[in-house]
Formats: sequence, C-alpha cells, structure tokens
Amino acid sequence: MFNFFKKDKSDKIEKGSTLKQRLAKSRQKLGSGLSSLLLGKKVIDEDLLDELEMLLITADIGINTTDKVLESVRQNASRKVLKDSDSLYEFLKDALTKLLIEDNQLNTDTNETFVILVVGINGAGKTTTIGKLAKSFQNQGKSVMLAAGDTFRAAAVEQLKVWGERNEIPVVAQTTGSDAASVIYDAYESAKAKNIDILIADTAGRLHTQGNLMQELEKIKRVLKKHNENAPHETMLVIDGGSGQNAINQAKEFNKTVGLSGISITKLDGTAKGGVVFAISDELKLPVRYIGVGEGINDLKPFNAKEFVDALFE
Amino acid sequence: MFDNLTERLSNSFKTLQGKSKLSQSNIKEAIREVRRALLEADVALEVIKTFLDRVQEKALGLKVGEGLSPSQAFIKLVETELTDIIGGENKTLDLKTQPPAVVMVAGLQGAGKTTSIAKLAHYLKERENKKVLVVSADVYRPAAIEQLEVLAKQVGIDFFPSNIDQKPEKIVADAKRHAQKQFHDVLLVDTAGRLHVDSEMMDEIQALQKQVNPIETLFVVDSMTGQDAAHTAKAFADALPLTGVILTKTDGDARGGAALSVRHITGKPIKFLGVGEKIDALEPFHPERIVSRLLGMGDVLSLVEEISRKVDHKKAEKSVQKMAKGQFDLSDMRDQLLQMEQMGGMEALMDKMPGMGQIPQSVKNQMMGGVDTKRMVAIINSMTPKERSHIKLIKGSRKNRIAKGSGTGPQDVNKLLKQFEKMQKQMKKMGGGKMQKMMAKMAGMQGDNGAPAGMPDLSKMKLPGMGGGNKFPF
Repeated sequence: MFNFFKKDKSDKIEKGSTLKQRLAKSRQKLGSGLSSLLLGKKVIDEDLLDELEMLLITADIGINTTDKVLESVRQNASRKVLKDSDSLYEFLKDALTKLLIEDNQLNTDTNETFVILVVGINGAGKTTTIGKLAKSFQNQGKSVMLAAGDTFRAAAVEQLKVWGERNEIPVVAQTTGSDAASVIYDAYESAKAKNIDILIADTAGRLHTQGNLMQELEKIKRVLKKHNENAPHETMLVIDGGSGQNAINQAKEFNKTVGLSGISITKLDGTAKGGVVFAISDELKLPVRYIGVGEGINDLKPFNAKEFVDALFE
Repeated sequence: MFDNLTERLSNSFKTLQGKSKLSQSNIKEAIREVRRALLEADVALEVIKTFLDRVQEKALGLKVGEGLSPSQAFIKLVETELTDIIGGENKTLDLKTQPPAVVMVAGLQGAGKTTSIAKLAHYLKERENKKVLVVSADVYRPAAIEQLEVLAKQVGIDFFPSNIDQKPEKIVADAKRHAQKQFHDVLLVDTAGRLHVDSEMMDEIQALQKQVNPIETLFVVDSMTGQDAAHTAKAFADALPLTGVILTKTDGDARGGAALSVRHITGKPIKFLGVGEKIDALEPFHPERIVSRLLGMGDVLSLVEEISRKVDHKKAEKSVQKMAKGQFDLSDMRDQLLQMEQMGGMEALMDKMPGMGQIPQSVKNQMMGGVDTKRMVAIINSMTPKERSHIKLIKGSRKNRIAKGSGTGPQDVNKLLKQFEKMQKQMKKMGGGKMQKMMAKMAGMQGDNGAPAGMPDLSKMKLPGMGGGNKFPF
C-alpha cells in the first residue's frame, strides 16, 4: 500500500512547495553561505575575495562567470563604491541577477501546432520533463500530443506511453530502433490533422561529443523544417542541475548543432547548487524555460529570474 | 575523457620548463594552475585542498634526481599523488560467496544504473563465464522494468520478471530464491534512482540493502557531476555499506573530476567505467592508467589489452607476416579497418594514444576528417581479389566499376588508393629497427598480464603505423 501512494506522488496536488522551500539546499550554499562569509567582515580584501571565489565556484557557477563577477567586485571596491561587506552582499545579489535573462517565458500561442523538440544527454531527465510539461499544458486547457522520438534506449517508448496513458495524452510511437525523424514527422502530421495545440517530441539521450548522433538530431530538425519552416518552434535542451562545468559544454555543443531556443534545468532540489543556472544564462544568453525542483507534477516551474534569486538569497 | 584537464596540466607544467630548481615561488604558479585545472574539472574543493597541500609539501623537499629536470620531477610528483588519491590498485568485484552472489546498485536518477547493470551482466557473462540473473526493484519510474527486460534479452541474460505493484524487498527475495534453484552464479539488482536528500527513499534502499545483504553494493555516479558529487557520494556511503563505484558516461568530454572526489570522499574504489553507448562499453577501472591519461601519457595498457581481446589473432599474424615481406595488400587494409572499427573506431584509439592530450581537438578532428571506414571498406569490397593484391590493375573502367559498385565516385577510389600507397610506404619505413624497438617496448609493458602468444606481433602491427611519427597513414 505504501508503494501505491509513493508511486502516485508525482500526481498529487502540490502542498506548500514554494520555490523557496524547494531551493532550501541551494540557498544554504549561496545565500546563507554568503551571509556567513560576510558576517563581521569589515573590509573587502584579497582574502575575502579568495573565499568568495571558492564559494561561487563550489556552487557550480563556473570559472568564467566567477571571474567576471569578481572582476566587477574588484573594480567597484577600488572605486570605493563598495565600502563594506553589507554593500557587497547586495552588490553580489544584483550582479548575479544581472547574469540572468529577464524574459524567460515560453510563449506557445500560435495559430498552428506548436512543436517543442526536447534534446539532451543521457539521463538528464528529458522524458520526465516532457511528462510534467504535457500535464501542465493540459491543465492550462491546451490539447497536447507526444512523439516518442527516443527510438534507441530500451523501453524509452514504453516509458512515454505509460505517461501518456496516465494522463490521457495521445502518444505517437513506432518500435524501438525505427527512425526518430520519421516518428516525429508522423506525429507532426497527425497533430496538425487533429488541430492539436502543442506537440512535444522526445529524443534519445546522446552525449554532445558523439558527432554522428548529433547529426541525427540535426536531421530531425531538417525534416520538420521541410514541412513547416517555423517548426520546431522551440528546441529545448534539458540539463541535469547536478552537472558541473560540463553543462556549459553540453549547451554549447547542442546549440552549435541544432540551434537551441531555450534550456530547462532538472533536479535542482537535490543539489546544493543552482549556480549552473547563472553560468548557462551568462555564457549562452539563452532563456531558462523551466526548472525542476522536485518530483511532483507542479515542481516543474516556469523560470523567473527575480523569483529565483530572491528564493536563493532571502 | 579527462582531455581538458590533461591540456590544462600540460600548460601549468610549461611554466616550470627550464627552471633549474623547485622553489616556493616558482612552483606557486604551477600549483595555482593545477588548482584551477582541478576546479574546472569539477574536483571537489576539499579534495583539491588536501591534494595541493601534499604536493606543495613534497615538492619543496624534493631532491631533483639525476637526469630529471625540475619540471619532470614535478610532473612525476603530481602523478604519484594523483594516483594515490584516486586509489591504489585496481579492485575487481568480489563474488566469492555461496551463490548467488548478489550485486546491488544505487545512485541518483539518470546516473546510468540500468544501463550499467546490463553492461555488467554482459561483462560477467563474457569475461568471467558467470551465469547471471538480473532483476529490477525500480517500481517507480515508468517502464524501468521493461527497460531492463529488453536489455537482458539483448545480451542474452536471464531476467527475473517483477511488476510495479510488488514491494522491492519481495521482488529481490523471490529473485534470490529463483537464482538459487536455477544455479545462477550472480544476481544483479537494479534499484530506483533517488536523490540523496530524499530521506524517505534513502530509508527504503537502506531497508532493502539490509534485507538483501548483497556482497557488493555499487554506487553509480555520472562522471559529469559537479561539485555536488562529493556530497552525494557521502550521503550514499553513509546510508549504505558501499563496496565500490561505477563511473558512467566517461566518453563525454573533459572533466571527470568526480572520479577523484568520489574516490577520496567515500574511500571506496572505483571498479568500473562506462565508456560508451554499446553494451560492451564497460571497462575495469585502473587508477594508474587514468592518471597517466590525465597527465598526457596515454593509456597504452588499456589499448594493448583491448587489442589482444578483439583482434582476430590468426588474421593479424598473417598480415604481419605479409607486411614484413612487403606484401601488404588492400584486403589486409580492410581487415585492419574493420578491426579498428570493432575497437570503437579511430577516436577511441586516439584517446588512449600517448601524447594525444597535447593535440588540440581541432587538429584531431582534421586528422580524422578523412577517415570514413565504412566507405573505404565498401570500396575495397567492390574490387576483385586480384585487384586487391595488384592495385596497378585499377585503371579507367575498373575504377569506374568499383566506384559504381560501392556507391562512391572515382575520386574516392583514387583517394583510397593514394592512402594505401602512403600506408605501404610507411610500413616499409617502419620495417627496420624502429619497429623492433617498439615491439620490445610493448611486449615489456604487458608484463604479468599473461599476454597470449603472438601478442607482440599484434601490437607491432597496430601501433607502429599509428604511433610512430604521430601520423596516421589513413
């Protein structure tokens, strides 16, 4: 019986899961870490900056972005804009907010079927994100269809089908091993014929270093484009929030091959990080569409820069 | 893997080049570079601190030995210390118990547990001749059980069915009983992915582990994990009596700092590496090899082992003899191409070659740009046996026929012939003393591995063409 409830955890209505609660772990690292670091410090010296560097890097903010932040701290400290550690706290909060893109919202309102192509490395959480995303679109009163484009991994098609069945969302699928581009193309035809609002296409996880698999993704996009040059309307990269500096490499490589229009970051509740969000926004200038902060269906949240920083710092 | 780290470390050592003495001031820069390189590689901060303290302490007291320049001495020191942290000797699975030996995996979502279980099953079956049963206790993720079932079928391993209405404890208990009755040597247990901060789920796996009492409990961790790898590993190690680690997705680029962190923090040996999408892409972990790859020394040992395992010995010996006589022809080249493909292609081989760390990725790509193994094999397949050994015959109409037959153009055929000629030339050049030397070196390196007879010949046929002069004949 216990298991039965457990399984349905994801379908339960969210209970008091504010972003702030969900990001408790990340807050401990960044916000609280920062306050305790700055507590009682009167002057901004190199020792403090060294410790600050460590703090930012261990929050997975990334070397380049950390350098950038520290550089601006140094400049402002030498120009006496930053007088003490209190003003440094506010300054940092502000600097980090500025790294994020202001408008991250995915707007799916079109007068045709809006196609979302979901890509990412193995185990990032693509299929789970698609499930949650589909449900949330459905809750907004939109009609949704899924395309089981992961024709490589064993039982990936079944995984998506189970999701579809649970939520009464149609899933277009062929057998494992069939051509992903043709599955997604079929799904698009079918979605268009049925006047579906949103089609979400799953793809097989692939490491960004595998050239031929990346080419396959490019083909999927090409095939869709041939049919409707606006499609896919969104090419979304899913990244595991626990990944380190490599997340940036992933984003760069996928962006190079398929041209991304947005990024979603999963599993942010478990890690004591969150820094990866800043690094990606800063280095790629791509909007962060959604962040996954828990297993519940409502824990996939549209990303809001200000809300996110507030949740980390307050 | 570890490519970027290797590059960074090489850079940091450049600052030491030409210095005659190691002093506080001149190693400071190198230490700083190493620290940054390790941070960039996602090695956990506390591990870096311990590591650098040790290096610094030893570097200052270091007597620069005869024949070693200070920079060489420093590299050697860093290498020794890294090997030390990543952890001594390679430890394999301990399956010595009354059968079935139960092996359980645990880890975060998406770390690669199910895939690793299938690879491990394949490994135990193929390399250690074990009768293996797999079972999934993942009753949460949709289609997780089906995934394992499909994979088990693919590798020809017995699968114990379970379903999502059962309790994990019951599933595993039933599987164990079944394994006993059917005389399975090993039972591999897959579990659901869980976050280390999810106390409910951590309690569940703790209870499962106690009840199942596996001889091996392996922590599966994604090699791309960031700074948090250390915390995750610690949480799992605190909850479960881990016996080892499987590091997955190491065929991605760079980083791999997680390997250092996890090893250091859990104190448990890394036993296997996941190195690719294919089912046989699982390698035993050899710390000393990873370190030498890390420092740009190449992973020659793994390469030799891989060659000896996959190369068709008879065919290889034949082509070595032919080569020595200068009779190397296109069908031999085809065999070589196919064998290389079998070993994961040019890229996998290049990764393990010494000195490859210093070569920028762009140059590597260029070197591989022309290598389209499938197409080359198709062209050779479209030739008659006589044409393969007498390439002078291939002119005009024959060339057109071959091009048509292989779905390529005459210029592709020309390119192949040119490459072949180049290769032949190189073979002749290598035929002399240089080849003998290389051979002796390779033979020595195999050491106690119990290399099968005929092995030196094999390494001789692969490596000279590729390693000598760092140029690829095709």
